[in-house]
Amino acid sequence: MSSEKQYIDLFAECRSLIDEHSAPVMNALREDAFVAFQTLGFPSRKIERYKYTDVVAAFAPDYGVNLKRIDFRVNPYEVFRCGVPNLSTSLYFMVNDQFADKAVTRPSMPDGVVIDSLCKVARERPELINKYYGTLARARKDAINAINTMLVQDGLFIYVPKGVVVDRTIQVVNVLRADMDLMVNRRVLVVLEEGAQAKILFCDHSMDDHEFLTTQVSEVYVGENAHLELYELEETHVRSKRFANMYVDESRNASATIDSITLNNGLTRNRTDVSLSGEYSEINMYGCVVADKEQHVDNNTLIDHKVSNCQSNELYKYVLDDKAVGAFAGRVLVREGAQKTVSQETNANLCATKTACMYSQPMLEIYADDVKCSHGSTVGQLNDAALFYMRQRGIPEEEARLLLKFAFVGEVLDSIKLDALRNRLHFLVEQRFRGELGKCSGCGPNACSTR
Amino acid sequence: MEEKNSFVREVAEKKYEYGFVTDVQTDIIEKGLSEEVVRLISSKKGEPDWLLDFRLKAFRYWQTLEQPTWGHLKMPPIDYQDISYYADPTVKKGNDKKEIDPELIKTFDKLGIPLEERMALAGTAVDAVMDSVSVKTTFREKLQEAGIIFCSISEAVREHPDLVREYLGSVVPYKDNFFAALNSAVFSDGSFVYIPKGVRCPMELSTYFRINARGTGQFERTLIVCDDNAYVSYLEGCTAPMRDENQLHAAIVEIVVKENAEVKYSTVQNWYPGDAEGKGGVLNLVTKRGHLRGANSRLSWTQVETGSAITWKYPSCILSGDGSQAEFYSVAVTNNYQQADTGTKMIHLGKNTKSTIISKGISAGKSQNSYRGLVRVASSADGARNYSSCDSLLLGSSCGAHTFPYMDVRNDTAVVEHEATTSKISEDQLFYCNQRGISTEDAVGLIVNGYAKDVLNKLPMEFAVEAQKLLGVSLEGSIG
Repeated sequence: MSSEKQYIDLFAECRSLIDEHSAPVMNALREDAFVAFQTLGFPSRKIERYKYTDVVAAFAPDYGVNLKRIDFRVNPYEVFRCGVPNLSTSLYFMVNDQFADKAVTRPSMPDGVVIDSLCKVARERPELINKYYGTLARARKDAINAINTMLVQDGLFIYVPKGVVVDRTIQVVNVLRADMDLMVNRRVLVVLEEGAQAKILFCDHSMDDHEFLTTQVSEVYVGENAHLELYELEETHVRSKRFANMYVDESRNASATIDSITLNNGLTRNRTDVSLSGEYSEINMYGCVVADKEQHVDNNTLIDHKVSNCQSNELYKYVLDDKAVGAFAGRVLVREGAQKTVSQETNANLCATKTACMYSQPMLEIYADDVKCSHGSTVGQLNDAALFYMRQRGIPEEEARLLLKFAFVGEVLDSIKLDALRNRLHFLVEQRFRGELGKCSGCGPNACSTR
Repeated sequence: MEEKNSFVREVAEKKYEYGFVTDVQTDIIEKGLSEEVVRLISSKKGEPDWLLDFRLKAFRYWQTLEQPTWGHLKMPPIDYQDISYYADPTVKKGNDKKEIDPELIKTFDKLGIPLEERMALAGTAVDAVMDSVSVKTTFREKLQEAGIIFCSISEAVREHPDLVREYLGSVVPYKDNFFAALNSAVFSDGSFVYIPKGVRCPMELSTYFRINARGTGQFERTLIVCDDNAYVSYLEGCTAPMRDENQLHAAIVEIVVKENAEVKYSTVQNWYPGDAEGKGGVLNLVTKRGHLRGANSRLSWTQVETGSAITWKYPSCILSGDGSQAEFYSVAVTNNYQQADTGTKMIHLGKNTKSTIISKGISAGKSQNSYRGLVRVASSADGARNYSSCDSLLLGSSCGAHTFPYMDVRNDTAVVEHEATTSKISEDQLFYCNQRGISTEDAVGLIVNGYAKDVLNKLPMEFAVEAQKLLGVSLEGSIG
């Protein structure tokens, strides 16, 4: 329990300080989360869902926590030297877990849409937050939820009211910035009411060379007939550790696309749990991981078909080099009575070196008979025949390998519906494969086109 | 509808035809498990000290363990002190020990396993094991001419102690898992096979396991060693009487395959599955593993699993010889309240090793059927290749079919592929058959047999026929 102790002590000592700089709605859940954390402890690798990531070791070092909410100043235009050309987004910044209100001018939004600091909205409109906060991400179910709920002070709230369609992509840039090793606890709440539509892009970057430990718990509600596209792009550095739990709930006729792209990181563990709780709802999940050095990326997903006539589609691709470790565990659960379910899950992986290691675990758990479910998983290398063909035509081997790798992840990137973002990602991934993307190069808006 | 119901009832009543009990005098030791019991079993078998040591070490280790719970199974609690660990049906007071009780011969006749060599199916030698003791091994002399040793493991301990000592526990050490430790402590009989260098075994070897006595468990141990350039095909069958209590079956099968050798291991598992309400039935918790030690060695596991209330087994292969090849073919059928969590492990260590996994699950009634498999490619296994395909067929809306594959790949030259599908029999296929005058029951039988064909084709002929019938019987009454 040594790893847990520092967090238990921290909470016990600084509880009033944490409460003071947060909102009553969020404070209300702390006690329960504290009890849950004490009982759960950090999951060991013997726990099936944490088999591939050593949580205890990741949380063991002593990190600073910005409980007093000191402002870290950043100039966003300095952070990013390059942008996504032609992608005009409504841009927001988060510095660590704080909503950077003053950093850029606020984009205009349709009436009723709220994009703001979670803490601020929780103070001003507690009834709105109370309805959703902590209902999907239960502290008792998972230690990461528990520690996040226990320590979190702020985060992001996105609310799209009934029938409102937000045309412009909402881009949220999460910047990690500190003068010391820092632990960041961030909370994200996304609510799309009936018939609402939105496209959201999260970009994670780190500014300083310090070590960062991030816990992020996201709760995403997609109402009846609502439509959500959510893209997550991680471009941090090797000293960054990220534990992100996302819970998505879809109502009748809702549809959602969730894209998770990891280009640069240290240790990443993404857990994504999707509940299809309304009939005729649909989920498309895509993931793309490019990892080398000693990077570690663990994607753990659950798609829960609770009712009949829902569809799910999942595709994750990994390219691993050097000593990188990749893990994918995708569980599809079809509950009793969830007839006419259609589900497809694919995980394909490329290992480029002997020292890279891939764990793949696609799982089907089916309790209904009238279903069409399948999954597939492969681990392999680039096709020798294709390499030979290209070399025959004068393409150098190195270049040919790049082209093939690029084509391999291309399938995931092509699923991105925003043209500009897709093109930008094609460019970023290519840079990444060429090793030119050592540090994050960002995706800010008003940047120049040269690097 | 009425007609269908009466048919269903008819089948439900006849279903398990091996559920009879043989009335034979059996020497059963007291229930309970302790060091004394382990010593008693060892002394009853007249074992040497090294084997007793092995048992005691295993027993002490077992005491430190807890029963694992990770299977996708709802297991009734097992009281290990409420089981008798040794039952010998061959003991007859006053008679010559070598003579077999005619009741036993009748029993095996009834099971279709004639112990008289002249009546036996041509080309199959049988080791018949009831409860804890091997009743008879046929064709021993004929096999001996080729230098093949085929006998019960107790005899092998007496007659070939060096061989047994060298290989026992070398593939499944007693520290392997909870049930392996238990088996190592109390194992009773099983078969021992040794095929010497360059010998192609002229007939199929087979062991037939039968649990008869009440309140006992069966803990058999099979050891097969196939030396360089040798070949053997081995079959295993099993049944048990219908009882309303759960009976424990915790076996170990160890196979050693040397250079250029080939072993085919086929199982038709038909332990009593419990009644339609899920009462009784055998708990089948076994550890089976083959070690492909030599270059270019081959091992194939073929299993047809239709019985047992609970099946928890993963016939596995360690491919350490360069160029070795392993195969796993499985059909697992669950009906009523049966539960199965079965699959395989393929551990690739040698260069250019190759493994194939074909698993077909069929669930009906209220049963749960899981495939769980691991494919691990170590960094030394250059050019390793694996292909896995797991299909599940669901018959009925309250059953479950699950797939839990694990792939750990640490080599950049490895190619590992896995695919799985889950579906039910399509209305179109049924309609097509109905249209041509084939009843729904028959059509389902046809489709299921076609679905399982890839695996059934791998079985030796006699077994294939039995397995096909078994598939039909296990699933009857589940349609409608």
